[in-house]
Amino acid sequence: MPGAVSNFSMLLSSIRRDWLANVRGDLLAGLVVALALIPEAIAFSIIAGVDPKVGLYASFSIAVVIAFAGGRPGMISAATGAMALVMVLLVKEHGLQYLLATTVLTGVLQIVAGLLKLGSLMRFVSRSVVTGFVNALAILIFLAQLPELTNVTWVVYAMTAAGLAIIYGFPYITRAIPSPLVCIVVLTIVAIMLKLDIRAVGDMGQLPDSLPVFLLPDVPLNFETLRIILPYALTLTVVGLLESMMTAAIVDDLTDTTSNKNRECMGQGVANIATGFIGGMAGCAMIGQSVINVKSGGRGRLSTFCAGLFLLILIVFLGPWVKLIPMAALVAVMIMVSIGTFSWDSIRKLREHPPSSSLVMIATVAVTVSTHDLAKGVFVGVLLSGIFFAHKVGRVLRIDRSSDAEGRVRNYDVVGQVFFASSETFIGAFDFKEVVEKVHIDVSRAHFWDITAISALDKVVLKFKREGTEVEVNGLNEASATLVDRFAVHDKPGAVEKLMH
Amino acid sequence: MNKVYACIDGFGNTSAVIDWAAWSALRLDVPLEFLHVLERDSDRAAVSDYSGAIGLGAQESLLQELSELDEKRSKLAMESGRRLLAAARKRAEIAGVARHDARLRHGELVDSVLEVEADARLFVLGEHRRGEAHGRIHLDHHVERVIRSAKRPVLVVTSDSFVAPTRFVIAFDGSPTARKTVETVARSPMLVGFPALLAMAGSDTAEARRQLEDARLVLAAAGFHVETELAAGDPEDVLPALVAGQAPALLVMGAYGHSRIRQLIVGSTTTTLLRTSVAPVLILR
Repeated sequence: MPGAVSNFSMLLSSIRRDWLANVRGDLLAGLVVALALIPEAIAFSIIAGVDPKVGLYASFSIAVVIAFAGGRPGMISAATGAMALVMVLLVKEHGLQYLLATTVLTGVLQIVAGLLKLGSLMRFVSRSVVTGFVNALAILIFLAQLPELTNVTWVVYAMTAAGLAIIYGFPYITRAIPSPLVCIVVLTIVAIMLKLDIRAVGDMGQLPDSLPVFLLPDVPLNFETLRIILPYALTLTVVGLLESMMTAAIVDDLTDTTSNKNRECMGQGVANIATGFIGGMAGCAMIGQSVINVKSGGRGRLSTFCAGLFLLILIVFLGPWVKLIPMAALVAVMIMVSIGTFSWDSIRKLREHPPSSSLVMIATVAVTVSTHDLAKGVFVGVLLSGIFFAHKVGRVLRIDRSSDAEGRVRNYDVVGQVFFASSETFIGAFDFKEVVEKVHIDVSRAHFWDITAISALDKVVLKFKREGTEVEVNGLNEASATLVDRFAVHDKPGAVEKLMH
Repeated sequence: MNKVYACIDGFGNTSAVIDWAAWSALRLDVPLEFLHVLERDSDRAAVSDYSGAIGLGAQESLLQELSELDEKRSKLAMESGRRLLAAARKRAEIAGVARHDARLRHGELVDSVLEVEADARLFVLGEHRRGEAHGRIHLDHHVERVIRSAKRPVLVVTSDSFVAPTRFVIAFDGSPTARKTVETVARSPMLVGFPALLAMAGSDTAEARRQLEDARLVLAAAGFHVETELAAGDPEDVLPALVAGQAPALLVMGAYGHSRIRQLIVGSTTTTLLRTSVAPVLILR
């Protein structure tokens, strides 16, 4: 009981800090983000192959729900390109209703992941993999715009170029109005005035004409359905959590604050469940939008909430006008998003960084772009970085030789890390053809990390014995202290020093 | 447990806080240390670029821009913090405190207070009040959090100027907390020599009289000159007037005597008295 009041007052002060610390900045940033979300949500719906209203409803509901449930205030979540790319085939083969069911299942899986505290697994995703993920995402968003730019008249190219010019040129005039909005408004007016015969958003499918309503996905509840949606839901879960965790880390850096990663996992789940039930597609955190939000002065949960709310108001009231936006304007905005998302720094640093890091980054990008599946790309990236790391640590092994008793006794002094990646080197360092009476192997300054190391030592001993040499191994207890999976001494004073003897 | 820590922030009542801290340090005969905490409000955005466009390396350049801003602000805050502490030490020196020190920390006030708590005898901090009228003045959340978290006595300075007290009033309600407060005062050298008034609010019952008398005996045994007063009414209503009548006086009370549930709904006597008291308040745990 003594803690109750202070808990309550801390709760109140955390609500004040998360929601009301920066009202003006959050409101304005929320508006900027809402305006930027409209073209993105439409574009991502088109990537996924569903009506624009699916992405727009999703963006509204994810943003609003995550504002309450998320663990990273100031981060923007909505319908995203990474998720849209995963669901293309599902929509094509099974239709929208299965997508909605998948969205709900994704949410459930993400909540489970949050409960199991899988957010902490992000520490195995190295910097290079994150960069590769971001770059691959940017490339995929850009590639998704190409269908709008192939087999079209020069008018579309001119419009897109003009759009990009406005987006990047307008901030030099004023930074008070979002330039992507100016781009959309100007291009729409031009298209209407000149009666240009180019594709508009209205041609891409149905737009929202009302507020979203609760509906159950119209799928049979049986194992066949589960068999169809589970693989997609698993991929969506992984991709969604990966991008959300990465974005949270970026926002943490930008604002110099911390976030609750496991709460964010569960928040993403809650948001996706809610979204599936109002006819929206699965989404996650957005790197580009979150950067725009922070840049526009958004810091608190209020900014995310406002982004979602303004988005809904805008699309419901401006619906008839949204229909007229030429696709060229959307393409221009999406090219901006892909340019802004791409980490140009990583290209510059390709030579600077160690080749293994660059290789991990490039492999992540290559696998992702070729499979259109960010989860596969990250899997390959993590695997490669693990292998490279094992390789590097495996080289931390030295075996000194010396002899005693006029060459009749040979001493081997093993220093360093012995495990699966270095066991070959370990065995190779012993000279079995040498004729000596006795061999001393001192491993007290070595670490045996796994059973491969132990069996390598057994092999060495056996080989010497077969040659008729007597073998004595010293310090095996110290060396194999690291073998146990839960040695649980790392937090005791001096434990690390003892380990690194 | 051998220092007076004065938490200063450079606002209105800082000089009063310094003076009270110096007075307490001299009374207790312990060293004085000034604590200034640089609380960085990173939630408040300094950048306002509504262009919504992200170009080449948007994330990197934004990070650089934001950290440069923070760096500048932090440097300024550090500089003015150092100056504030130097000025405070000088003022304490003039007031006659020989052993004084200063400490500049990043973070939240309450965290820094808890860090130094182990060797603190007393915390002195100033309360900022928004609004003048009685009633809905909110307790400064810094003060509230320190009182709730710290286990050492806290002296809350409620006015902008320092007047050395000539007597002290103990807000007494017969509760175990209040009895402990009386015992602590009796043991402490801080208020030795000042006449005391034991004030109790509530109905005049034999039980109340007995409790008051017991407390009086404890103080009298320690050599204090003690008067008692039993006033009818709620402590929140009658005590402030009583204390004001004794001016210049120091109000002493135990922290948060009532049940936590009651505090949640109506606020505690401690909180109300802290909000409304004109006299400085010494809160004992």
